[in-house]
Amino acid sequence: MARPDGYRYLKTHEWARLDGEHCWIGISDHAVGHLSDLVFLDLPECGQDIMQNEPFGEIESVKAVSDLYAPMTGEVVERNDRLIEELDMLKRDPWNDAWMLKVRMEKPSEFENLLEDGSYQRMIDSEDH
Amino acid sequence: MRQTPLIDAHRALSATLVPFGGWEMPVMYTDIRAEHEAVRTRAGLFDISHMGRVRIQGPDADAVVGHATTLDVADLEIGRTRYALICNEAGGVVDDILVSREPDGLLLVVNAGNREQDLEVLQASVGGRDANIIDESERLAMIAVQGPTSPDALAAVGLPIATDLKYYRFASVPSGYGDVLVSRTGYTGEIGFELLVEAGEVCRLWSDVLETGAAFGVRPCGLGARDTLRLEAGMPLHGHEIGPEVNPYEAGLDFAVRSELPHIGSEALARIHADGPRRRLIGVTVEGRRIPREESVVVLEGREVGRVCSGTLSPTLGVNIATALVDADAAQAETFTIQIRRHEASATRTPLPFYRRRKEQESDGTS
Repeated sequence: MARPDGYRYLKTHEWARLDGEHCWIGISDHAVGHLSDLVFLDLPECGQDIMQNEPFGEIESVKAVSDLYAPMTGEVVERNDRLIEELDMLKRDPWNDAWMLKVRMEKPSEFENLLEDGSYQRMIDSEDH
Repeated sequence: MRQTPLIDAHRALSATLVPFGGWEMPVMYTDIRAEHEAVRTRAGLFDISHMGRVRIQGPDADAVVGHATTLDVADLEIGRTRYALICNEAGGVVDDILVSREPDGLLLVVNAGNREQDLEVLQASVGGRDANIIDESERLAMIAVQGPTSPDALAAVGLPIATDLKYYRFASVPSGYGDVLVSRTGYTGEIGFELLVEAGEVCRLWSDVLETGAAFGVRPCGLGARDTLRLEAGMPLHGHEIGPEVNPYEAGLDFAVRSELPHIGSEALARIHADGPRRRLIGVTVEGRRIPREESVVVLEGREVGRVCSGTLSPTLGVNIATALVDADAAQAETFTIQIRRHEASATRTPLPFYRRRKEQESDGTS
């Protein structure tokens, strides 16, 4: 299944999409597919700083809890509180309404460190084998 | 990894398969909460063929089981089942098992991951005694139908359940799938049955129960729901609440240790019983949305007093629940703090089981 254009990924399945001086952050369809029975999402408050490759939150399912890693460094300016209340949004469409954070980027060039769709898919394929 | 005869059926149902006790088993088919809910309100169908099935026959079969386990089977009547433990010399729990009396011997159902070890203990217990140990795990398969509509679902496939088949009793029922051993036992806290059937018949029985049982709300359920169901029902899982480092008195399984016979671990168990266990298994309800997990630290008045054995979001109760082994002198406290990763949550001691089926009270054969 093709992923939408403009997204880049961490190996740990978080995505970032640029929007001017901001970026949007969420998790990929592949990650969502592996997280059944979601029970809890913990996201930082607005105003908090997050750092690329460092944990910024947690997502918990009945079977396990996983850290969420920041694809970009910056300050959280918006947090998707609706998603926290309605985790099933992730199952429907992880790319748009189910974004997690909007971040004012400190180092936009970090985007280049992230995986493009093709490399991300190859990484998933090699993991699944 | 081993597979049960139902592996293709699980794949056809798009089950998520995971390793469990050396077996490739379905953890869920669609979602754990829906499967859990089906068992509490209608019925669920489980593949439990990974569990070990061992028959012990011959004149000294009772003595072998009496030596290897915490159960004296002398007064176990044909058609009845009891819960028992295999312990090590230190009194730790090597496995928890079910022992059933058949007309020609004893049938043991043991945990998947412990089967080889149990067989070694049983074989060693034979010594000079006149008994045969027959591993039936390959020849027979095992499924469970659990939930309030399970008697109807089984009747619909030609396995009528006699009204006098009470908890912890079983019967051999002739059927279109050969003779099926129908046992009123389970691991869910609901009315339910475990069925032993020849491995060659189990796929047909499975698909017929699903198809015919759809009218009674039967759905396939994986190990995920099995775990949340048993935890709500306060039943121990080997490797979590019990294990070689945990003795039965710590785990609150005193009722399973009443044999007067000398058996493996009996001396250590007598000492532990006299001195009182150093730890106790407790249930707790945990505040907040983070689920307490195995090994989460339990704190009382700033001191670590134990660890979580199992934890889950209880689908029936809608709160986080956990079992924990705590120091005996802390076990009467009402509230604890549980460290869940980088966070702390308040926990309230809650009597086990967390969930009890609302129905007529029945003798459960375990006591």
